[in-house]
Amino acid sequence: MTSIREIPREEYLLPGTAACPGCGFTIGLRMALKALGPKVIMVVPAGCTSIIQSPYPYVSIGVPLLNIAFAAAASTASGIAAALEYKGDKETTVLVWAGDGGTADIGIQALSGAAERGDDFIYVCYDNEAYMNTGIQRSGATPFGAWTTTTWTGKREFKKDVPMIMAAHRIPYVATASIAYPIDFYDKLKKAKTYRGLKYLHLHAPCPPGWKIPTDKTVEIAKLAVETGLWPLYEIENGEFRLTGISKMLLDKKRRKPVEQYIKVQGRFSSMTDDDIKILQKWVDEQWETYAQLAKTK
Amino acid sequence: MAQTLVINGNHAAAYGAKLSKVQFISAYPITPQTVIVERLAQMVEIGELNAKFIRVESEHSALAACIGAASTGLRAFTATSSHGLAYMHEMVIWASGARLPIVMPVVTRAFAPPWSIWDEHTDILLERDTGWIVFMAENNQEVLDTIIQAYRIAENENVLLPVMIGMDAFILSHTTTPVEIPDQELVDNFLAQESKRSFILDPNNPITHGSLTYPEWYMEFRYLLYKAMTDAKSVIKDAANQWAKLTGKYHGDLIDCYKCTDADVNMITIGSPSGDAKEAADILRAEGYKTGVIRLRVIRPFPSEELRQAAHNSKVLIVVDRNLSPGIGGILLNEVKGVFQTMKKQPLVHGFIAGLGGRDITLQNFISMFKRGYEILEKDEEPGIEWINLRREVL
Ligand code: SF4
Repeated sequence: MTSIREIPREEYLLPGTAACPGCGFTIGLRMALKALGPKVIMVVPAGCTSIIQSPYPYVSIGVPLLNIAFAAAASTASGIAAALEYKGDKETTVLVWAGDGGTADIGIQALSGAAERGDDFIYVCYDNEAYMNTGIQRSGATPFGAWTTTTWTGKREFKKDVPMIMAAHRIPYVATASIAYPIDFYDKLKKAKTYRGLKYLHLHAPCPPGWKIPTDKTVEIAKLAVETGLWPLYEIENGEFRLTGISKMLLDKKRRKPVEQYIKVQGRFSSMTDDDIKILQKWVDEQWETYAQLAKTK
Repeated sequence: MAQTLVINGNHAAAYGAKLSKVQFISAYPITPQTVIVERLAQMVEIGELNAKFIRVESEHSALAACIGAASTGLRAFTATSSHGLAYMHEMVIWASGARLPIVMPVVTRAFAPPWSIWDEHTDILLERDTGWIVFMAENNQEVLDTIIQAYRIAENENVLLPVMIGMDAFILSHTTTPVEIPDQELVDNFLAQESKRSFILDPNNPITHGSLTYPEWYMEFRYLLYKAMTDAKSVIKDAANQWAKLTGKYHGDLIDCYKCTDADVNMITIGSPSGDAKEAADILRAEGYKTGVIRLRVIRPFPSEELRQAAHNSKVLIVVDRNLSPGIGGILLNEVKGVFQTMKKQPLVHGFIAGLGGRDITLQNFISMFKRGYEILEKDEEPGIEWINLRREVL
């Protein structure tokens, strides 16, 4: 694990972004660009990043960045990666930085195609668990019980497991990460960079307005998601599943905090009943049985 | 030395791309376009063409990948048809907004339902407001020649717009005719101009492209696109003339005037049906009628001036629309009417809807359409819209 002192001081996420106060994924973006910069070309589909990069003629990201339509991030990156190969440029990394709507829903076809072809880029999904930029509508990654402006009484379906979908494509590297554990994320990006082909990282990133949480609680709540087991940290390297960071300890059910602790501190879950919380707890526990199996079978 | 091959339109398109030395191709199959990219895939795999070829999972992705590659400065190519074009529509708009010189043949084909894989021009005409330069080729030779000209036009620094070249499904795509393949050296010289792009993604010179733009800036971007379209006219003419000088092949510039200047009745057409229209004009000329054909070789930028000049002596214009805009009629009819609106002495403009979904438009049909033009003139009828070869008995 990289020590905090070894993280580059260079900043490619420049001061003065248009992000909301307390925005989670910008913490992640800052880290990602430190891990990969400056030889990076970024591709950004519609989403919060379209806003936080600052409106024309201002710029808040210090690497070349191409904005593209919602469904097209992965395929555009495929084109750029192929072009770099054509030019013999082996140094530049292509980085897609897309939200959960752009990944789990409208963009999944292009992402799946690029994965199947083994196109050479890193795809990061920053998961704030709804279409935040358009005003908090439910996405395929919105969790069970969450209020959004299209699920007023709480979503009744569970979150789509995109990292596992990507792992099923047998790409060389899949990892989950959380903005509460930036060095874990940093190391995973560094590792992703060593592989050729499509690398997929899924970054859990709280959003204060969308989650109805105080702006100074972003990191704390992201941490709770990991500690309750709702958001496991793992990587799948060449098919080998491995829990990372504190998630390694959480295979033991007793060490996982009850999901209630995570639910109760967020306004978006206010319509969840005790029964709903039980359903969610059961779902989490079952997920962990799968992780236990995966961790064992390696 | 230039050689002549007997090839279909799809092969001609593939040769056009090869001779243009495209560096990036992405493709998704759709009938009747598939052969274009099959041939290119083969050329790349056997080392005849040094390009990256990616086989994507949809037309939307095909054009998105071209946008990615062109954004790094590569010469990019894809091809599509009908539903494929409709599916990539969003990226069609993106490519021109980003001012990327991508070239794409469109094998024009009808839409479903009901399914139809045959010829119609509605697909390409629906894209006319996207900011692409839109050509319609009359024959296989023109397909090849226009693809090469298209790169010269698209990459001109006063233009920097993508170009699509329409070619009729099956009538061109699958019909073999002799096509002269020019020398590589000739094409290299023709395309040798320094291509200055509007932007290049390069870590040594980071820029952000396509940011959110508030109302105080957006309109200027659109104006620049509009101006580029206008400036493209002289570049298109120059490309057509230079090509003619080098190869002897001239297909017209923005319009292709066939005996049009002194004609009383001019027929306005696009694409492959124009050949039959020209033949009908000849037959009627032999009978003493003063008929002509104005083929719109370019649909965007719309050749308004050129059309006015070519047709200012015409008494009647017959517009043949192999397309349909339900609720108004033929798309070209309305565009043409608009052009003459401002003239004091206006020709009568009469429209025909013909050949939808691959329905034949025969030589005899063209002759009757011309004759209807004379009838309207003689009987002082109100011009309107008629459907040709519609089987009213089954309705
Ligand atoms: S809406 Fe949420 S995710 Fe988007 S910029 Fe604001 S805080 Fe960040």
